[in-house]
Amino acid sequence: MTLLEILRVALRALRRAKMRSFLTTLGIVIGVSAVIAMVAIGDGAKARVQANFDSMGANMLMVMPGTTTSGGAHGGFGSLPTLTWDDLAAIQTLSAVRYAVPYLRTAASVVSEDANWTTSVGGTSPDYFAIRNWPAAKGSLFTSSDVDATTKVILLGQTVATQLFGAGVDPVGQQVRVMNVPFQVVGLLAPKGQSSFGQDFDDVVIVPHTTFRAKIQGGLKNLISGAIQVSATGPDTTTKAENQMRSLLRDRHRLGQDKDDDFSIRNMAEIAAGAADSVGTITSLLAIIAAVSLLVGGIGIMNIMLVSVTERTREIGVRMAVGARSRDILLQFLTEALVLATAGGLLGVAVGVAGAQWTARFMGWSVLYRPEVMVIAVVFSGLVGVVFGLYPAHRASRLDPIQALRFE
Amino acid sequence: MSLLHLEDVWKTYAMGETELHALRGVTLSIESGEFTAVMGASGSGKSTLMNLLGCLDRPSRGRYRIDGEDVSALPPDTLAAIRNRTIGFVFQNFNLLPRTSAVENVELPLLYAGLGAPERHARAREALDRVGLSDRAHHHPNQLSGGQQQRVAIARALVNRPRLLLADEPTGNLDSRTSVEVMALLQELGRDGITVVLVTHEADIADYSSRVIVMRDGLVRSDQRRTARPAVALAPAEETRASPAGGGPP
Repeated sequence: MTLLEILRVALRALRRAKMRSFLTTLGIVIGVSAVIAMVAIGDGAKARVQANFDSMGANMLMVMPGTTTSGGAHGGFGSLPTLTWDDLAAIQTLSAVRYAVPYLRTAASVVSEDANWTTSVGGTSPDYFAIRNWPAAKGSLFTSSDVDATTKVILLGQTVATQLFGAGVDPVGQQVRVMNVPFQVVGLLAPKGQSSFGQDFDDVVIVPHTTFRAKIQGGLKNLISGAIQVSATGPDTTTKAENQMRSLLRDRHRLGQDKDDDFSIRNMAEIAAGAADSVGTITSLLAIIAAVSLLVGGIGIMNIMLVSVTERTREIGVRMAVGARSRDILLQFLTEALVLATAGGLLGVAVGVAGAQWTARFMGWSVLYRPEVMVIAVVFSGLVGVVFGLYPAHRASRLDPIQALRFE
Repeated sequence: MSLLHLEDVWKTYAMGETELHALRGVTLSIESGEFTAVMGASGSGKSTLMNLLGCLDRPSRGRYRIDGEDVSALPPDTLAAIRNRTIGFVFQNFNLLPRTSAVENVELPLLYAGLGAPERHARAREALDRVGLSDRAHHHPNQLSGGQQQRVAIARALVNRPRLLLADEPTGNLDSRTSVEVMALLQELGRDGITVVLVTHEADIADYSSRVIVMRDGLVRSDQRRTARPAVALAPAEETRASPAGGGPP
């Protein structure tokens, strides 16, 4: 008998009991669809977390002054300005650092002719927009000559522009006042969306850091009252940049071996990887649970196959009487189990995709399908079928034809 | 040379401590083209004899030759091949696969003979034609009468063109009219040169054979050759009388 013939015989046998075949494979269908849906939703969440971190800036690190562990009082990051403009200049010379910019920040009310909006006001240099990969949607970004000349120019985030001038209105050329200082709007920033924690990146206005220091917030002359944002030269050098900066700053701040850092460095790439990791862990756990259900499905197949072998004892006897060898019987039942399980796997993929689609639509989650997961799921279910079909098939093939023919 | 030759064949089953001798040294030859009935009470060893003749079992002692070839010690797979090529089986309870069409049932031995689908199909149709059921090829067993089912089973036994046809109580589940039909068919096959061995406990069925072997206690008690009574299908008038559903006055 050729394999095709065996397959045909198996299909015919399964078709003879459609309802039973379907119910037998239902366990596999549920298991596989659970795996597919879990992985699709998990991968979707992971991709979304990654995209969120990417939108914050590629290879980004943040150096913040002060530290929670300095002294007895926990002032929090940034509560104690310890970073100097000379520190910034030194960081800019490090080999693993591409850009390093100051980012000064305060909350202030921004007033247009007939509206006002309290938002986050940032002061920085043009490289900041390179770090964050953030172009202007209208007008242009300010330049280093604006920084040098302490120009009173301002860039508006989308949310602020909408609040002050209405949706869709081009604010470029308009005047706004921040802390009673008039600024000219030179650009509207491209929409950036929300962070994964719901922070609106577009609810911001940005001015040159020199103007910020002169007109919006005074502060000490040598110290940066904000953070330093750094872009490493590449995705692989973020850790190197972090280490270089740490030793540089410790050196510059004359911190002995026993002293804690008086600054802190956040490596966004690491945080992103960590977040993606935790999502991945949850996904793996759910997928393992789903895989267990697949195993249960396999036991279901074995159970029904054993019943089926008993029920079809006479059929097996007849087949043997007319010339089937035990190998033929073994292969037939094994093929039945394989076909059942593989069909269940395929159906499970379809159901899983449908389930993930449904969840994505109604829960607003994003899903990501990986074809290799689907292939693995189907192959694995086939494997489950073979493993759990082996025992019943073996039993069938060992039947004595004389006994089998007499079986009532 | 005889087609089947048994020489001092013993079959012993271990029943715990004791041994049960189902056959105690049977020596028997059956010529090619003979129509033989094996009779005997239950426990006489006739079923064991049939299983041995059908290569479903191997003797504990002695030799069994088919067409001169000693098959008494062949491995199971070889026996399966011999069953497939040389022997056709007809059973009391037909043993057709349920929910499977007549033609597919008939094709079954050809499947294990390794024939391709078109040839299988053609030969199965041919065999069904021979038993007069070509118009029922796509009926399932539950759509056929008992007699028709047994004819499908005979077609299945014939489809591989065997030398030997073994029928185990082929009329046991049939009414007397259908029994005669089936016996007529078997006699016809016998005339065509197929060796038929049938097991029965009914003397009037055994009458249709040209040789009657009676078994008792694992041995051949008597072995007679005689003229077989020809099986003639009963007239249609008889059919109405036999039918309880007729309802009319006799």
